[in-house]
Amino acid sequence: MLETEFMRLAFATGAVVGLLAPAVGFFLVQRNMSLVGDGVGHTAFAGVAAGYLLGVSPVLTALVAAVAGAVGIEWLRSRHRAAGDQALALLFYTGIAAGVVLASSAGALDVDLFSFLFGSILTVTRGDLVLVVVLGVTGLALIGLLYRALAAVVIDEEGAKVAGVPVAALNVLVAGLAGVTIGLSMQIVGILLIAALMVLPVIAAGRVAWSMSSSVLLAMGIGLASVFAGLTVSYYADLPPGGAIVLLAASAFLVTSALAAVRARA
Amino acid sequence: MPVAVELAGVGFSYRPGQPVLTDVDLAVEEGEFVAVAGPNGGGKTTLVRLALGLARPSSGSVRLFGEPAHRFSCRETLGYVAQRAQVGTQGPVTVREVVSSGRLAQGGLFGPLRRRDRAIVDDAIADVGLADLADARLGDLSGGQQQRAFIAKAFAGEPSLLVLDEPTAGVDAESQEALARLLGRLHADRGVTTLYVSHEFGAVEGIVERLVLVRGGIVFDGPPQALPSAWHDPSHAHARD
Repeated sequence: MLETEFMRLAFATGAVVGLLAPAVGFFLVQRNMSLVGDGVGHTAFAGVAAGYLLGVSPVLTALVAAVAGAVGIEWLRSRHRAAGDQALALLFYTGIAAGVVLASSAGALDVDLFSFLFGSILTVTRGDLVLVVVLGVTGLALIGLLYRALAAVVIDEEGAKVAGVPVAALNVLVAGLAGVTIGLSMQIVGILLIAALMVLPVIAAGRVAWSMSSSVLLAMGIGLASVFAGLTVSYYADLPPGGAIVLLAASAFLVTSALAAVRARA
Repeated sequence: MPVAVELAGVGFSYRPGQPVLTDVDLAVEEGEFVAVAGPNGGGKTTLVRLALGLARPSSGSVRLFGEPAHRFSCRETLGYVAQRAQVGTQGPVTVREVVSSGRLAQGGLFGPLRRRDRAIVDDAIADVGLADLADARLGDLSGGQQQRAFIAKAFAGEPSLLVLDEPTAGVDAESQEALARLLGRLHADRGVTTLYVSHEFGAVEGIVERLVLVRGGIVFDGPPQALPSAWHDPSHAHARD
């Protein structure tokens, strides 16, 4: 399998995505914002379509659109201009509608576009890998450096504000990282399923974790394992990688739930 | 004594024409232990949120240690325990992780906690009697123990001003007494200015030096002994929900 270059590229990209998506998703899930990734994914769809229309890299335009969408949701939420679910709905429907209109205008409502929606192991190029590694490792480093600050906001946002922690800036950072994660992950997992890779490993890890830090690390491990196993299944069974990866992440939840039940009885 | 918290002519409303607080004048000196009481919806929590700079007044001014509250430059010296319903996470988090987050403003945003910070966190956990449960998941503890973890978090910040909003709501009698002993020691040893918001002060009545009753404004401000006897009656208009 790894003798083919497209699989090596897919695995290398998947390694970064598998670690980054749950790490960012953890801070969304803990703030009851699990569905933000879905809304941002739809904005990324509009970005891909804009890329086709403008004749530039759809990955780059999707990245820009995803980051703008994620920061927009955070702005609407934090300024109380709209309730969290309303902000999400605005982005969700505007993104998908803009994507359909732009893709149709570009004459790109075809198979290429579908590979972005559901993921394709054939689409990752060396240029994409460089972008994923640079931005993904930067994102992981930022989470590592700011972990205590991000955790403090999750534990007690109001208390952190009182103590002078820059809560608004940290929330924008998480939103921006969510946008970057979705922009980077869409080729492997697909726009429609990327949010699942940000959320399901976190929920699965939460069943057996003994602390917040162990929860983040376990979620990243589950994310990485799901991506590697999903890509392997996708290669041998000729399936879209996004579906295989997400189904494996969902099975991880069943496994950890069973482990938690066994532990509770012991 | 220098003034820690000062509200001058403060009014606040969430919607035009529906004031929550009007014409509030309050000066809390450094080292005072002030109890803030009043009925639900009377404006107690709004008052402390204004005092901490979490909300801006519709009229008047709020100052913390002489600086405008919303631009206060030494926020790491403030400790706040919000009503329990407003804090916490449903995820797995240990007592130590909760209390460590209280050292963030002092230890800096980046990197792990330093040795001195870790020692202060351990002391704060021991102070609230949770040393044996330091690595237990918060979700596995009783309501009183969870509240003590958040109080330890505020202590870990070594605050000059400590604000506790309904800290004993839903907390068992033993935890209330432990909290009172702790607050008494903190007040006596470190002279921490304390605003204690609650419906009832049985646990801390030996420490309270000044009582402020809030009902849309300040309707009483003085030593608890000076409270008109009729107001001790729960059916009185100023005490009733």
